Amino acid sequence: MKRIYLDYAATTPVHTEVFRAMEPYFTKYFGNASTIYYYGRESKKAIEEAREAFARLLGADQSEVIFTSGGTESDNHAIKGVAYANKNKGNHIITSKLEHHAVLETCHFLEKEGFKVTYLPVGADGLLNLEDLKSAITDKTILISIMAANNEIGVLQPVAEIGEIAREKKILFHTDAVQMFGSLPVDVEKMNIDLLSVSAHKIYGPKGIGGLFIRKGTKIVSYMHGGEQEKRRRAGTENVAGIVGFGKACEIAARDMEKEIKRISRLRDLFISDLLKKIPEVKLNGSLVKRLPNNVNVSVKYIEGESMILNLDMEGICASSGSACTSGSLEPSHVLRALGLSHELSHGSVRFTLGKYTTKEDMDAVLLKFSEIVDRLRKLSPLYKSEKKGECNCDGTCGG
Amino acid sequence: MESYSNKVMEHFKNPRNVGDMEKPDGIGHVGNPVCGDIMELYIKVKDNIITDAKFKTFGCGAAIATSSMVTEIVKGKTLEEALKVTNQSVVDALDGLPKVKLHCSVLAEQALKRAVDDYLKKTTGKGLGLPEEDAGHQCMHELPEELK
Repeated sequence: MKRIYLDYAATTPVHTEVFRAMEPYFTKYFGNASTIYYYGRESKKAIEEAREAFARLLGADQSEVIFTSGGTESDNHAIKGVAYANKNKGNHIITSKLEHHAVLETCHFLEKEGFKVTYLPVGADGLLNLEDLKSAITDKTILISIMAANNEIGVLQPVAEIGEIAREKKILFHTDAVQMFGSLPVDVEKMNIDLLSVSAHKIYGPKGIGGLFIRKGTKIVSYMHGGEQEKRRRAGTENVAGIVGFGKACEIAARDMEKEIKRISRLRDLFISDLLKKIPEVKLNGSLVKRLPNNVNVSVKYIEGESMILNLDMEGICASSGSACTSGSLEPSHVLRALGLSHELSHGSVRFTLGKYTTKEDMDAVLLKFSEIVDRLRKLSPLYKSEKKGECNCDGTCGG
Repeated sequence: MESYSNKVMEHFKNPRNVGDMEKPDGIGHVGNPVCGDIMELYIKVKDNIITDAKFKTFGCGAAIATSSMVTEIVKGKTLEEALKVTNQSVVDALDGLPKVKLHCSVLAEQALKRAVDDYLKKTTGKGLGLPEEDAGHQCMHELPEELK
């Protein structure tokens, strides 16, 4: 069966150039980078080359970036590290309701530790209101953490404007840029970013490696205590092959970004407009314009997400959903709920995220199959019938 | 999440007894959009025997498979036998369900009970005395003790 992968926001395949660059660092150049002989020097050199590629893609200095195990660790390091290092200045953190669990759960943890956290709401389009941010700031605020691009709905927050506000108020600004990094330009100088989290496996690099930008002079507590690695900020023997792969992925992203933005956003726009034309009662979630080039997230009325995902999988198509049933919990996506979507529409969401290997033919095939699946499932749905007859009596929760 | 058994997938791919029923003798409606599962079960009854059963379901793979299975199980049963069908018998007939999906089987059992209840109310004026369904919130967030 031909498989069509449309879950690039979940993870990406390792680019063959990345894989080839990594290979020698498992067997041939296996040295511990902390040693001074030949093998150690080779590892050290490779790490520093990767660091340069990573820093360059952010507009940062290479002394300002460290390698971590991925986005989750970077978020934990940035938020806890800043909170603990600055608690003499204040105990207030501002974030949003749209954040990834790596940020939200870290903030929940800090609340138990005595910190106060404000979770800013977002509009129906998923965008943060800057006035809300300004009025949430107090003289105790030590950190603002707002994601650059949302993983579920792809909405891009006004990062540069947030950075400007934070800078003016002398508050540190962290952004989870896991979804944006490598697919859109990021510049930590222009955007006034103090801390920024990224992950390699979202940009055709390997899993288990990521990075954190920490602006020079930022007060932060180390995350891992131990050896001298990463300037004592993150102890532990470096994942050399992973770092090399990450560096290579950064290089490729920088090289291909411009043309990929154009190509992928064109595919996305066409797919969204075809989809909304072909299937009635489908709603695009999140802003159409302030959006990652590769993200399509729709809610399909009257049917549930997991059953759509299973049906798509039976046709060889890999996508994901914000439905509770796909997460193992009973609550649908907090992101979709934050947009003010009804429970039914939140349960009925599907996310298609496009990538390097997505073609026009793929998207045409997906559109065809998807509309058949929606038809089939709607025939199974009691909501479809009752709403069609105007008899919905579910107290409005179905979004009817 | 644990994956679905082949039997569940088979019923999900080819659900039995889907659709509306002309003049059903009993209707069981359970679930709520809040939790993402709604089941509607329709039955035909003749001489105390369930001669036909159909369903419509809004929900995940497990919700559809349990609906399909309960309609299969119940056909040909007397009303008394139907009332003895438990969620566990639906789970067993499907070769098991992932733990987080067990509430779907509870929903299937409840839909069946409510359909029989509806039939009894219509024909004898006296139902099973089931509690009123709270339309606002009927999620099975709390699993019965034996399912935990």
